[in-house]
Order: sequence, then structure tokens, then C-alpha cells
Amino acid sequence: MSASKIMRKLFSLLCAGLVLLPASVFADYKLNLTPSVTQLGQDIYDLHMLILWLVTIVGIVVFAVIIYSLINHRKSKGAVAAQFHESATVEFVWTVIPFIILVAIAVPATKTLLKLEDTSNADLTIKATGWQWKWEYEYLDNGVHFFSNLDKASNDARQMNSGTDPRTVANYLLDVDKPIVVPVNKKIRVLTTSNDVIHAWWVPELAIKRDAIPGFINESWFKAEKTGIYRGQCAELCGKDHGFMPIVVNVVSENDYNDWVAKQKKMAAASAAGASKTWSKADLMKRGQEVYNTSCAACHQANGQGLPGVFPAIAGGKITTGPVKAHIDIVVKGKAGTAMQAFGAQLNAGDLAAVITFERNAFGNNTGDVVQPSQISR
Amino acid sequence: MSDHKPTGIKRWLFTTNHKDIGTLYLWFAFIMFFIGGAMAMVIRAELLQPGMQVVDPLFFNSMTTMHGLIMVFGAVMPAMVGFANWMVPMMIGAPDMALPRMNNWSFWILPFAGTMLVSTLFMEGGGPAFGWTFYAPLSTTFAPASTDFFIFAVHMLGFSSIMGAINIIATILNMRAPGMTLMKMPLFVWTWLITAFLLIAVMPVLAGAVTMMLTDRNFGTSFFDAAGGGDPVLFQHVFWFFGHPEVYIMILPAFGIVSQIIPTFARKQLFGYASMVYATAAIAFLSFIVWAHHMFTVGMPVAGELYFTYATVMIAVPTAVKVFNWTATMWKGSMTFETPMLWAVAFVFLFTIGGFTGLMMGVAPADFQYHDSYFIVAHFHYVLVTGAVFAIIAGIYYWIPKWTGNMYDEKLGKLHFWLSTISVNILFFPQHFLGLAGMPRRIPDYAVQFAEFNFMSSIGGFAFGLSQVLFLYIVIKCIRGGEKATDQVWENPEGLEWTIASPAPYHTFETAPQVK
Repeated sequence: MSASKIMRKLFSLLCAGLVLLPASVFADYKLNLTPSVTQLGQDIYDLHMLILWLVTIVGIVVFAVIIYSLINHRKSKGAVAAQFHESATVEFVWTVIPFIILVAIAVPATKTLLKLEDTSNADLTIKATGWQWKWEYEYLDNGVHFFSNLDKASNDARQMNSGTDPRTVANYLLDVDKPIVVPVNKKIRVLTTSNDVIHAWWVPELAIKRDAIPGFINESWFKAEKTGIYRGQCAELCGKDHGFMPIVVNVVSENDYNDWVAKQKKMAAASAAGASKTWSKADLMKRGQEVYNTSCAACHQANGQGLPGVFPAIAGGKITTGPVKAHIDIVVKGKAGTAMQAFGAQLNAGDLAAVITFERNAFGNNTGDVVQPSQISR
Repeated sequence: MSDHKPTGIKRWLFTTNHKDIGTLYLWFAFIMFFIGGAMAMVIRAELLQPGMQVVDPLFFNSMTTMHGLIMVFGAVMPAMVGFANWMVPMMIGAPDMALPRMNNWSFWILPFAGTMLVSTLFMEGGGPAFGWTFYAPLSTTFAPASTDFFIFAVHMLGFSSIMGAINIIATILNMRAPGMTLMKMPLFVWTWLITAFLLIAVMPVLAGAVTMMLTDRNFGTSFFDAAGGGDPVLFQHVFWFFGHPEVYIMILPAFGIVSQIIPTFARKQLFGYASMVYATAAIAFLSFIVWAHHMFTVGMPVAGELYFTYATVMIAVPTAVKVFNWTATMWKGSMTFETPMLWAVAFVFLFTIGGFTGLMMGVAPADFQYHDSYFIVAHFHYVLVTGAVFAIIAGIYYWIPKWTGNMYDEKLGKLHFWLSTISVNILFFPQHFLGLAGMPRRIPDYAVQFAEFNFMSSIGGFAFGLSQVLFLYIVIKCIRGGEKATDQVWENPEGLEWTIASPAPYHTFETAPQVK
């Protein structure tokens, strides 16, 4: 078969593929910007459509002229080249037309932007702090405070060659162990900041995206007009597990929201009570393993071996087999200038005692040390 | 004059000949194009289906980082300098570059810088894994030890670029043949003159950014560390003050190449030559005052966001003028579609699509949703792959008969074109949809609703990658032999390079030609 025949065959195959695929496989596939459940999001969507239509029209006109020319002005059709090579009038006109189109875009863009940046008169303020690789939420109006990690099902399935088909996991990579809950039809102000590197808080359906930058507090807002669960992800590359720190916002009625807040306060009180209890070693080890898998395994790895040159090993580590005091210190206070976070702010005394006990006795460390919650000082 | 030249390895190590150095640049770029391309294949293999199958997330981040750095600094920029070395002296009727010894040095720094950059992948802790934009503090406090080698490599690449740029400016301003006034220069020479000024203006800014990183990492400063009173956003301002002109450094010479090719195959003079020159200068000027449109979500004051929106969309005006001019050049021409013309026409279509998405993202409130999603990945690959890389490939097909004295294989060239153009659209077009649907960039694994388009994109990616192996074969085949090229190569092309023999003798224009 000659090259041109192969070419023609390939071309027809590919064309057929392109035409058939959308009809069958992509039947309900999203092609356009995610529609929003906020008024601001609708404005952004409309602005997106306005620009998209304008560039599509310009594109069709320009491409039509080029295609007409490609078909008709070819030498094989006997076309003889014209001699013109400039025209002040034409060049002036086609400089002014794009300018007018830009003004037509700039006017609605300015209006939408002013709305987007108006964070005044919020009903509720939530501070979202990015950590490698989870989100911390603090409700500044009522003191509710928690961390939100990738849910266990997704986390297990996303391990290298886990053997689990992601298609069998509900909301794969878009689910968390603890979502934030907000009331419907209320203006929620979101303050974003970070504990380590730059993250970005993005929920497409709420039309909100803002960087979380260490040392800065950024403001943005949303006002969901429909109850429901809205999912998003960190948008700014923040290291190894950037793809694994989703955001889930549960928008509920005002009553449900109030119930949720009351429940959170009860749970916080119960957790504080557990801190003064004395635990058995077996209980500490069991709880410690759970905490380790959620909070430590992302860096130090599930087998405690760490990643050479990046994250130190827990197995046979200097700190995990050295004095207990130093071990407690580094877990609670972190290590400045490294990726080691201060877990004193994230975990209660019971969990800290459990995970330290676990680390000192798992992975062949066998120090025999048992750390109780009372030993944890912050 | 004899065609005497040294032989063996010494010819290439010690050469001060602009043609030899141009060849070295182009081969270096070609090798880096395949290394960076191999990394893209790793990325697309991991993204072929949901779940983690091929590489761990940290190595995936290294791949996206190194792919970007290698393609920008190792492939596109050196390829453009290679064209400048080969063609600028021949287009302006000069015997060589103005500073031939510096020319040798500016090339020979590159392989060392490139080797050092690639070697970081084999170091303990892995290579740079913070994206080609290396935002602090991920690239300072939280980066692997190999980052210091990356910084040194960037410094060396910067030396090389600045020396190359000085050489090009000195050549164009001082060595034009009698009668070759500025406004008679071929457009490729004009675009490179303007690009060279951009390089000299912004490469030191990049050097400043990486030097601040170096001292933050090793000498206790806190330029970008908020805990020490520094500012992580400062890094982004400095980086993008370099970064935005940098994207024009890659695309302006591409405009120049396409502006040489289209008139030749339309058999008609370039439409609006003067406005092309002014538009290039306007784009270059605007490139300095729009940098923060890359960082709308960092929390700028609303006045800043408005200013950067207005300034950014203004770039659409001179860019549109260029597209209209190419269209008007083809209009009522007498066109034929040899391989270089096919690539140039595809450039006009596909670069325009990249320009449209660029305009969309220039509008701040909409960009809040596009930012850091696959939409931007689609956008910059349309302007850099179907823009800059397509123009480079077009330029190689256009001038390789002049360089080697042989015609390339026209049938294979066309096959290469069709395979690449179809596969590149299967590769990048679905990424628009992924971004709009909410898929963030730089993630090694994704939610299952993104699976179909990622699969499609990966298949397109493998096909595009394989098509470039065909290109390598065509180039080697052309160097080794083939139908002899005439001196003119094409039908009455304009320009001094077509007045000399094919292949171009080792020394040309030792006596300056007279330009009327």
C-alpha cells in the first residue's frame, strides 16, 4: 500500500472514530463550564458563554475566509496571484473591530468582578487552612473546628496497583471523611490560608476558587441557592499528594445546619474527656494504627520506610527509637523548615499518645514504650 | 573562496561558524524534544485510566516539572536560536554572526546545563517536583536537595540565552548588507530582533528569582518565606514578570517563520509588512505589563485585577492583526501545499484557537474558574505545540533543502503532517472539556467522570509522540541524500538565502550583496 493510501485510510478511520465516539461513549458527558448553584456562578457562566460565542463567531468568519481561499486560490485551479500587499483602510478596520469586541467583553466582566470581590455582609465565616494534604476548617462564628481528609475508600483505591477499580468507589477522589456543612441561601465568607505551601480552594459548582497562601489570609464568598453536596479539589500544585485533598461542601437547610453544629460541640466535649483517660497498650496500638494511616502514611509510607531523601523512615528511625520526650516533641510541634507538621494542633491528646505508641512499637521498632495522653503537653 | 573546514569532533567543539552552530542548536533541541516528549508519554500513560498504575505521585510531579522545563528551555528556545543562527546572517547578507566565539560558548553551555537538569532525576529525593513555574515555598522549604542543581542549570541556561540574544542584536544592527534597511528585513529577522530584546530584559529577572530561591534554601534569607517576614506571592510576581515575556520569546520567532513560508507558497507578497512589524513590537511591549493575569486567584486588589484584565485582552488586537494579515496574504494568492505550507496553515488555524482560549482566560472573573484546570493546559499546548512547535517543524521543512542540498521526502512529510495534526487535536482538544468540567492540572489520578476524555487524550498523545519518530527518520533521510535541491528550492521565493547555492556553502556573503 502506498503512503498516500495508508494516509487516506487512517484519515477516514479517525474521522469515523471522532464522529461515532461522541454519540455513544460520551452521550452524557460534560463539555461546557460546570453550571453553578450560586447567582454569582450563573453570572460567571453567562460571561463565559458571551466570550465563547464571540470568539466562536470571529473564528467561524476568519476560518471560513481562509478555507474559501485554500479551496479557490490555489495554483492547481489556475489562480494567478494578485499584487496587493497593503491597504490602510482594511488594516484600520480590522484593528478597530477587535477593540470594539473587547470593550463589549470588558463591561460585563467588570460588573461580575466587582460582585465577585464583594465579601461584605457575610452571614457565616469559615476559615479554610491548607495542609499537606488535607484541609482544616474553623467556623469563626461558633468555634466548630475539624480536619477534612480524603475518605478511606478512595485512599485505599488510589494506592499504586491497589487492585481496586476506581469505578467501583463512590465519588472516587472527591469524598472526604468529614465535609463542611453550611446553611442554604446564606452568604458564606471563606477565608483561605495555608500552614505550609500554597494550596487553592476550588469548588466548581459554587464558582469559588482562591489560593491558600502561608502568611496571607484571602477572602472569597459563595451563597448556594440549592441544598446538596458539592465537590471540589485543591487547584494549586502543593506537593506529592496534591491530587488527593478534595473539598466537600454539604449545603443543608438552616435547621439541619443548627443540629449539625450542636452535634459537633457535643463531640468536641467527648473527645476532650478521652484525653484524661488511661489507655491499655492494645487500645493505643489499634487507635495508633488508624491515626498513622490517616495522618502519617502519606509521607512516612504505610510500611514506615519513608522515601529516601524526602521523608525519613519511622522503622528504626533515630527519633522513633530514641528518647520518648523528643519523639512527643517533634510530633506535637513539628519541625520548622521541613514538611513535618505540628500535629498538636490537629489531633487530640488521645490520638497523639496512640500514634506515638504505635510508631515506637510497630515496623520492628519494639521499644516497648507506652505513651499515655497525660504525657502529651502542648 | 574555499569550502575548507576542520574535520571530526574538533569541527563541532571549536566551531565559530554560524551554520555549524545553528546545526548544533537544532540537534540539541531535537534530542531534548524527544527526552521531554518521553516524559509526556509517562504522564499520559499514568493518566490513561483512573487509579495509579505506572509511577508514584512524586515521580509524576517530577515528570510534569521536567517535561515543562525541558520543552521550554531545552527544545523550543534552542530550536529558535538554531534558526536564528542559520538564517539571520543569510537573510541579511552577512558573512557570519557578529560575535562568533561567544556564539560557540553560548551553545556549548547548553549541553552541560541540560545534562545537569536531567541528572536531578537520578539524585536521592528525586528531581524537581514543583511544576515548571516552581512556586515558593514548595520549591524552597519543601523541595528536594536536587533543587540546587536545578537552580544552577537555570543560571547556565540564562547565560546562554543572554549571550545568544546579544549576538543576534549585534548581528542584525551592525552587519546588514548595503541597502538592507530595517524596514526591508525579512519578518523572521524582525521577530528575532524583538525577541532578543525580550530575552535580555527578562532572563536576568529569572536569574534573580532563582538566586533568591538559592539563598532562601541555603543561606537563611526569607525572601519567599512568610514565617521570616517574606512573601510567597513576591515569587510569583517576579517569576511571571519573566514568564509572560518568555511565552512571547517562544512564539514571536514562530510568527516570523510562518510569515516567511506563507508568502512563498501563496506566491504573493506578505500582506501588511509594516503592520506586522508594529504588531510584533506592540505584543512585545504588552508582554511586560500583563504578568499578573497568571495569578488572578492569589488575592490581588480588585483594581489590580481590573487593570490586568484590560491590559491582557488588549493583546488580542495586535495578535488578531497578525492572523488577518496571514489570511490576506493567502487571499487571491496562487497557492500550493508543499509540506512547509501545510504546517504553516495548520499553525494559523490552531494557534488562533489557542489565542481564543487565551482571551477567555484574560478575563479575570471567568479565569477564576479556568485557572489551574486542564483548560489552561489545553490553551498553552495549543499555542506552544500547534503554535511554536508546528512553526519550528514548518521551518525545518522549508529550509532543510537549503541546509542539506537535498529535498526531503514530500510524501513522508505530508504523512507526518496529517498524522501529527490529527493526533495533536485528539490529544489536546478534549483537555478543554476536562478543564471546564473541573479537572485540576498537575494531578496523577482523577475522579472517574474524567476517564473518557483522559483516555482519548492519552491515545492522541501516544500517536503524536510516535509521529515525531517519523519526523526524525525524514530528517535523517534528507541529510543522507535525496533529490537534489535547486538554489531557489521553491518557486521564486523572496529573500537573500535563496540567492546562494544549495547546500549553502560553509562561508557565504564574504562580499556583501547589494540590496535594492
